[in-house]
Amino acid sequence: MTTFHAPPLAASVMTEYYRQYLAVAVFVGAALVMVGAMLGVGALLRPKRPQPEKYITYESGSDPFGTFGQQNVRYYVYALLFVIFDVETVFVFPWAVNADHSGLGWFGFGEIAVFVLILVAGLGYLWRKGLLSWA
Amino acid sequence: MTAWLAVAAPILPPIATPRVDWPTVAPVVAMFGAALAIVLLRALVRHSRRLVDTTSVVLAFAGMATAAGFLFYQWHLVRETGGYQTFAGAVAVDGLAVFVQAIVLGACALGVLLGLGYVRREALELPELLALLLLCTTGMMVMAQANDLVVVFVALEVFSIALYVLSAFDLRRAESQEAGLKYFVLGAFSSAIFLYGIALTYGATGTTSLTGIATFLAGNTLTHTGLLLAGFALLLVGLGFKVAAAPFHMWTPDVYEGAPTPITAFMSAATKAAAFGALLRIFAGSFQLYVSDWRPVVFGLAVASLVVGTVAAAVQTDVKRMLAYSSIGHAGFVLIGLQVANAGASGNRLPGTAAALFYLLVYAVMAIGAFGVVQVMTQRGDTHHALSDYRGLARTEPAIAGLLTLFLLAQTGVPLTGGFVAKLAVFRSAVDAGQYQLALIGMLAAVISAFVYLRLVITMYAPNSDAENAAAEGAEPAPRVRIDPGAGIALFLTAAAVLVLGVMPNWTLDIAHQATQLLAK
Repeated sequence: MTTFHAPPLAASVMTEYYRQYLAVAVFVGAALVMVGAMLGVGALLRPKRPQPEKYITYESGSDPFGTFGQQNVRYYVYALLFVIFDVETVFVFPWAVNADHSGLGWFGFGEIAVFVLILVAGLGYLWRKGLLSWA
Repeated sequence: MTAWLAVAAPILPPIATPRVDWPTVAPVVAMFGAALAIVLLRALVRHSRRLVDTTSVVLAFAGMATAAGFLFYQWHLVRETGGYQTFAGAVAVDGLAVFVQAIVLGACALGVLLGLGYVRREALELPELLALLLLCTTGMMVMAQANDLVVVFVALEVFSIALYVLSAFDLRRAESQEAGLKYFVLGAFSSAIFLYGIALTYGATGTTSLTGIATFLAGNTLTHTGLLLAGFALLLVGLGFKVAAAPFHMWTPDVYEGAPTPITAFMSAATKAAAFGALLRIFAGSFQLYVSDWRPVVFGLAVASLVVGTVAAAVQTDVKRMLAYSSIGHAGFVLIGLQVANAGASGNRLPGTAAALFYLLVYAVMAIGAFGVVQVMTQRGDTHHALSDYRGLARTEPAIAGLLTLFLLAQTGVPLTGGFVAKLAVFRSAVDAGQYQLALIGMLAAVISAFVYLRLVITMYAPNSDAENAAAEGAEPAPRVRIDPGAGIALFLTAAAVLVLGVMPNWTLDIAHQATQLLAK
């Protein structure tokens, strides 16, 4: 049973812990400065001649009516499929990057193959149920 | 980018892949494989609907039989060697896991049997129903085995998402859609709360492994426990939602009423078993050292569930809603067992964990039986489950009325039924642990709930003057109730189980007791 002393630990370990996040802070700062500079300098330099046409969504083409347009429900399936395979990519990429030098070997290949095959089975089901045809 | 990767990559330590312990995951793999095969079969074979349906049923039962066989093997392994951990400590193979998996698997088999006739009557897709039921059961079985909060969460999502779809399975009925949507929205909230609980517990202990949390809490004295206790609270809310404990029960009546009746039967029994399995493992196992912190909260939940389940059930005029509220009340009884989980572990006292496990088993057969009778009584479109539809049932359909009476008496806790022994076990464990107040409240709730169940029984045995008058005037009599073979088998099995568990409870009670002794180390 060792007692957990918080204050002395906080002094040494926590500083080191936060130092690891310094890079994140630098990136956030750089991003803010970059975006601010690009938009700010542009706003200062560009001529300003407001016209009502400039504020509509499509300057050339038909006027959209209303603020909320109902989408065709058929797009939903494609959005869903996109999300599914987008998430699949998130899982497959780390494996692919580490495939040759992490010791995962054939075990890792087998695991990722099972994962992809299960998704393919789902896709096959959707296909045969006719969800992929634009009906 | 590539150059950076080439430099950075060799620094990474090789990933230690856990050894795949096939006998441990065999039940889950069998269930999942069967579900996948059914989905593929449905997609690829298009010319014969009948062939697909028959093969799906065969595949489903083959998957469940294989899973049951491997569970028997695991039980013998656990009895010989004691509980053990595998997959780098993420999965526990022990008495608790095997017992809960057996309940869930049994509920799945009964759900499939009830679903066969329902699907035919309502003209729904059979293969999809079977695949979803198997997938749902897979998630619940993983949950029973999970020894890591992340695995618990993944399992929770697997079975919850399948249940959302199953609740809305009868798409043509607005009530079913409503049930699915309500369950989905509230369930997503509860999942998020549970996930936040995992994050806070990880922040307080530095690990998500349930064994690791117990080791950390035993080895370190925390100076600030706020983070840990907040984690406990959120985990309790997330799982309390799934077991339908008050005050997280708001979804229960609507979802149980709107969902197709076989699904209601399955989810009332199996979800409770799986989520209580996780609750017992997390709170009675990992957080046992902080029992004085979570015990009062569980006390409150138990009392709230008993009161809500009993009082609200008494005023319902719909049998499905009434059984849903009574399901909340039963969650309260199991919570009594959780509250005194390890208190009676010494001597010949009954530990609350064993009482809770036995109660879950008995509740599973009582609930599936009662909802099974309701399903047999419903007409096309899942209608006719109002209390008035049961008036005079004993005269027109004595067998069905007798079965429902049996299940209702069991839920009341009448001797010679399993419900009596289950309630007795829970109360005894509470008394053994010195929790006299809780035992007293539980007994009072049981007495009041008798009114709820007897009201329905009396309705069934009361004469139906309206129908007799109508018959005398030559009106069309109500259609005769028909029991399809699947529902008949399910009702026979549950009725037999209720009686066997009531007359000869010792064998099963002993197994539940042994299961709690064989926890993974």
